[in-house]
Amino acid sequence: MADINIVEKELEHGGHHDDHGHDDHDHHGDKYQSSFVDRYIFSQDHKTIAKQFLITGMLWAIIGAGMSIIFRLQLGFPDANMAWLQPLLGGWIKIDPTTGLGEIDPDFYYALVTMHGTILVFFVLTAGLSGTFSNLLIPLQIGARDMASPMMNMLSYWFFFLAGAILFISLFLNTGPFSGGWTGYPPLSALPQASDGSKAGATLWLLSLVFFVVSVLLGGINYITTILNMRTKGMNMFRMPLTIWAFLVTAILGLLSFPVLASGFFMLTFDRVLGTSFFLNEIFVAGEALTTRVGGSAILYQHLFWFLGHPEVYIIILPAMGLVSEVLSVSARKPIFGYKAMVFSILAIGVLSFLVWAHHMYMSGMNPFIANIFVLFTLIIAVPSAVKVFNWIATIWGGNLRINSASLFSIGFVSMFISGGLTGIFLGNAAIDIQQHDTYFVVAHFHIVMGVAAFFGMFAGIYHWFPRMYGRFMNETLGRIHFWGTMIGAYAIFGPMHYLGMAGVPRRYYRFDKFQAFSEFTGMNEFITIAAILTFAVQILFVINFFYSMYKGRKQTEMNPWGATTLEWTAPVDAGHGNWDGDIPHVHRWPYDMGRHGREFIPQTEPLAEGEIDGGH
Amino acid sequence: MEMVTSPKKIRRIHPKKFALWTAIVSMLMLFSAFTSAYIVRKASSNWLAFPIVDEFFYSTGVILSSSVILHVSYKAFVAKNYTLYKLLLTLGLGLGVLFVALQYMGWLTLNSDTYGIFISTNQSSSFFVLLVGTHALHVIGGITALMISWIYALKSSTKEWTPRGQLRLELTFTYWHFVDILWLYLLLFLWIQQ
Repeated sequence: MADINIVEKELEHGGHHDDHGHDDHDHHGDKYQSSFVDRYIFSQDHKTIAKQFLITGMLWAIIGAGMSIIFRLQLGFPDANMAWLQPLLGGWIKIDPTTGLGEIDPDFYYALVTMHGTILVFFVLTAGLSGTFSNLLIPLQIGARDMASPMMNMLSYWFFFLAGAILFISLFLNTGPFSGGWTGYPPLSALPQASDGSKAGATLWLLSLVFFVVSVLLGGINYITTILNMRTKGMNMFRMPLTIWAFLVTAILGLLSFPVLASGFFMLTFDRVLGTSFFLNEIFVAGEALTTRVGGSAILYQHLFWFLGHPEVYIIILPAMGLVSEVLSVSARKPIFGYKAMVFSILAIGVLSFLVWAHHMYMSGMNPFIANIFVLFTLIIAVPSAVKVFNWIATIWGGNLRINSASLFSIGFVSMFISGGLTGIFLGNAAIDIQQHDTYFVVAHFHIVMGVAAFFGMFAGIYHWFPRMYGRFMNETLGRIHFWGTMIGAYAIFGPMHYLGMAGVPRRYYRFDKFQAFSEFTGMNEFITIAAILTFAVQILFVINFFYSMYKGRKQTEMNPWGATTLEWTAPVDAGHGNWDGDIPHVHRWPYDMGRHGREFIPQTEPLAEGEIDGGH
Repeated sequence: MEMVTSPKKIRRIHPKKFALWTAIVSMLMLFSAFTSAYIVRKASSNWLAFPIVDEFFYSTGVILSSSVILHVSYKAFVAKNYTLYKLLLTLGLGLGVLFVALQYMGWLTLNSDTYGIFISTNQSSSFFVLLVGTHALHVIGGITALMISWIYALKSSTKEWTPRGQLRLELTFTYWHFVDILWLYLLLFLWIQQ
């Protein structure tokens, strides 16, 4: 009897593999969604998990951006009375008993900067961006019922949630959250006695990020496995949309680089808890020598950190690039220009991203000869990036461009990526970096190229795929106000920062007005702060639009509202777990068949005509 | 013979097995980060060498034999010799536990008066604990997976003798062989770096 069972199972698995997702649930619609908790909380459906990542990411984005408003207030108006913030920040607003004026505690200022970086880089632009869209689009665009392991996928979200919960708790500690910068450099992060933020705050920060690494790895393993093993019939690698290519390389980067960050965190934890000195050497704290802490090297941590840290930049920007490629092509009603060049530049960026990490460390005392090598690779990585920019512009060139919020944000992405990319060429040169290192020039550069640009890609994705998620459209008028507000606002915030940086204004200072050299920039700092507040207000408009449209937005009447060729628009929005009611559609052509044979677009599911050659080659 | 001519019929790797191999790649990255840091740190001054005590060589023999035994046990499972399978699985699991115990005893020996090596004695001992400890955690994960198979085997429920049960075994044993080879690498690494 047992033998017969085995044979039957084998046959089912081997014979119908293309039409069934995998052996966890051959019958969709299904036992995983039987109760409220299974459906909305511990859901294993990739579409629900995507929404969970998105909404959690949005929450964190509001918290992280709100923090930036508070420290921008401090930088723009250092003498203003901050007592009105006391109901929100409590003891972190120090009230002068004689004058009654309140000011932000300097320790707390550093905590805010640290939390802003950690939250935005990891929780919003890694989990919120790649977590959302990898989950939503991978199974839908490659034609799979769900991820390879829906269970691991669910765990990935809940580890992310746990990481977030721990970091959130650390905000309310008596000694404050971690304040040593989002990079967590030792010795500040390794010695609890170094500062208030290095006490329990640093422990919770480390714990939170270790859980975050677990979440990224669980997610990444799933994304890679799903893309490589579970494509529907006919979906060969060069018929995958560029979004999928971007998510694949993103997941591979995460898989290879996050364990290295974890190794640094483990060693840091040893230094904090077990008295080792991996990263500590001849340390004095408050005039007291820590005689047992010798022999370690803080630079070693920097290498381990930036071995993740630089691929991390591409983990953030590659998904945005993928989304923008897709939105631009669909909006321009034209095939993407140079599909294969796009694929190979994604791969080239992926490989090169592992060879440039030390360009964050030119000023760490490294050998100038080694710096030269990293300069070389850093400048080479500009080549595939430029290929991509050229192809995006060529895609919309002469296209029948459909202007809406999604396409505006995509074009905005290209603009931001060019602006931020050009300053990267300055910073990538070790000799120029001597002047620009740790100034506002760096702040402006990375905020534009990976912060704002990645957000633009994310917004483009949300406006474009909102109907796919909720069966409704987002409000177009609010969307355009959101776009123009963000576009102008972002340049108003970060444009002047380039100038500040070239004038030598350093990062991470609590106030500038007490320095003769920097006091002349008071007006500029005020301008930046006002621009930041207005830009933040526009984002609130987006959040309102998002939740309003979820319930009251214009209903989607046709299955494929944008006239896209890809598979996700062939599945009904309310299909539930399993995506397609019947069999999974098969794929017969590349994903960008637009404006061919006199037709506006040809879906991937349509078989090639007699003698027709597939596009994209 | 038609199977050969039709490429569509070629059986692909099971997605879960592929996922395991992907996870193994990320674990390799963790350990290569540790060992690279080790090499970098050792190249600078103030590095005290200490011997690898005998327990670690005994434990190497133990984990190697556990791998062999579990492999034979898998063969027995495939040949449907479930009695032998259960016996060898139990033995392999026991050896796995013994391995972790021996690693700990080896560390206790280093702590003893003869050597007087502790975690913060020198960078060399800190790295030693880091490498051996992190590896032991991975082994404990493997032991947990073995225990799950073991409990299923003891219950002897009919569910165990299905492709699903076989897949679980393949995944568990692949991981176990991985931690075994990983230990060989670490031992060799520590020995060469002496």
